[in-house]
Amino acid sequence: MDMETDQIYQIDVGNLLAFNPNHRFSSAPSSREELVKECVTEGTKLVQAIADTLFNLPSTETNDGPLVQLPPPTTKLPREKHLPRPKPPTKWEEFALKKGIQKRKKDKIVYDETTDKFKRRHGYDRVNDDNDIPIIEAKASDEPGEDPFAKRLDDKKKRVGKQEKNRLENLKTAAKAGALPSHVQLAVTGLPISGTKTQPKKIGKEALGDVAGLAATSTASGGKFDKKLPGEKPPKKQGKHHKYLPVVPRYGWVDEEKEQTNKVLGKLLSKHSHEILNVGKAINMYNDKKEKKKSGRSDKLKAKKDITKKKPYANKAN
Amino acid sequence: MMEIRTPKTHKAKRVLEKRAPKLVENGKKTLILHGTKTSATVSSVLMELYRLKKGGAIKYSRRNENIRPFESGGETSLEFFSLKTDCSIFVYGSHSKKRPDNLVLGRMYDHHVYDLIEVGIENFKSLLSFSYDKKIAPHEGSKPFICFTGEGFETVQELKQLKEVLTDLFRGEVVENLNLTGLDRAYICTAVSPTKVFLTHCAIKLKKSGTIVPRIELVEVGPSMDLVIRRNRLPNEGLRKEAMKLSKDKPKKKVKNVDQDDVLGKLGRVYIPEQEVGKIPLPDKSKGVKRERREGKVKKNKEEGSASKKLKESE
Repeated sequence: MDMETDQIYQIDVGNLLAFNPNHRFSSAPSSREELVKECVTEGTKLVQAIADTLFNLPSTETNDGPLVQLPPPTTKLPREKHLPRPKPPTKWEEFALKKGIQKRKKDKIVYDETTDKFKRRHGYDRVNDDNDIPIIEAKASDEPGEDPFAKRLDDKKKRVGKQEKNRLENLKTAAKAGALPSHVQLAVTGLPISGTKTQPKKIGKEALGDVAGLAATSTASGGKFDKKLPGEKPPKKQGKHHKYLPVVPRYGWVDEEKEQTNKVLGKLLSKHSHEILNVGKAINMYNDKKEKKKSGRSDKLKAKKDITKKKPYANKAN
Repeated sequence: MMEIRTPKTHKAKRVLEKRAPKLVENGKKTLILHGTKTSATVSSVLMELYRLKKGGAIKYSRRNENIRPFESGGETSLEFFSLKTDCSIFVYGSHSKKRPDNLVLGRMYDHHVYDLIEVGIENFKSLLSFSYDKKIAPHEGSKPFICFTGEGFETVQELKQLKEVLTDLFRGEVVENLNLTGLDRAYICTAVSPTKVFLTHCAIKLKKSGTIVPRIELVEVGPSMDLVIRRNRLPNEGLRKEAMKLSKDKPKKKVKNVDQDDVLGKLGRVYIPEQEVGKIPLPDKSKGVKRERREGKVKKNKEEGSASKKLKESE
């Protein structure tokens, strides 16, 4: 049996890894079982070597068994992702640094002068709520006819919009430096520049509904008995589709409305008009209509308007 | 026109934070794929690898015809899957006349292919063909011992790379505290020749020895196969340097219940469980338990003990 020259193995306890660089197969192994046996015995020696160091480490006893603190692994392996990149400072942070502005911690509860109470800064029943201001005193710079309450709300909207824009700009610079926070994604929306490839437009809900309606009308029953999927809305235009002719005829074109009325008149005043019009039916329909109008709708079924109740005022300023 | 998109649920936010690049990384997950055509050996190898790495691996069952790891355009699908499943190691198995029973092991850096190594499988013996005592069967997800034998792993370029890839593949999570009773598996890799590696998976039996360190016995349980090196692709130097970079700063550790006060200095907070005054056990005042009685008893036993010893000696 060939003895190994160097008995030292390279052991990495942190990874439970051992490497024996000095093993040489003494002779070509006779059979597969011999080979396997030799490999397993070599492996056992290596595992024994790791276990020697491992069991000699200081251990703490727990319910599940002895717990050992492993040293950090020594073999260098490549990372899975890049190291986190430092965030570039936002515009406000740069300004604060330049001016020497320190961050001040704000309290959750603030003293409210108007009601002599301690109120919270944000949330229900907060200090300086916009809705709670009863009177705004007029200043010399105010224009007459301008609503100061609406102006306050307007100003707030503008401030919020500006802040959103600034936030977007800050995130864009962070994305450029590769340091976008993990929970934020920037997505491109809106029209691309002309000349570039447009994004294939997705078919909207209404367009899909129209197409479904068209397909339905092509069925023998006009789509009346088609099985509707859950959530599918009824077709928009049911029944006859009327085509309304233009009131003012186009230059050089036949007056379509005139043609239409002439056609109908011609049919009615012709020799065979009695064949077209069912006079008896027409009379019945007319009489029915008249009777319906006379009787009117039952007063008991219709909800009566209560004139004693007043409508609440919509505008506080009035 | 850009739009800011943030997750709407806390769960989604936590998932995104878990996948973000960090100082100390999570364990690498493995993606197991089939190629256009797979033989019985390849599919069983992939299945058994998945079983060995359960908990840290994702197995796709469909065939992937447009994945060709060694071609320049054939990696896009792989990179997409890696991004979607957050896997940094992949195992791609295929079979063709030119490359029978082929396995491509690859790693990713930032979801782009970092390095590849292609091996052929020979003499595969499945998990099911090994018979052993079920009590020593290794548990799922236990941290394995990894052993490499043979000078080839140090001298031959391809074997060096294979050693690194196999370490990465079998390592699992990097842990600080290890429970010694949970050590039950070992992977043995032997370089039989400069192009062939014999890989087997064994269960560990701990036997009593005189010292604290138990005697180790290995029993072959798992799949065993011969890996024949075919092609490989090493990472380019710049990418390798970047991937191996270590950061100098340590991750911040939160120390809880400690405050710094300007007047009093370092303050700590101690939590005491609620005292249930009605349930405190009262002292045992029975006669037999009183101190004089106890001490008297101990003295008596001592005298008796020494007397009996004298008797024995005289015998």
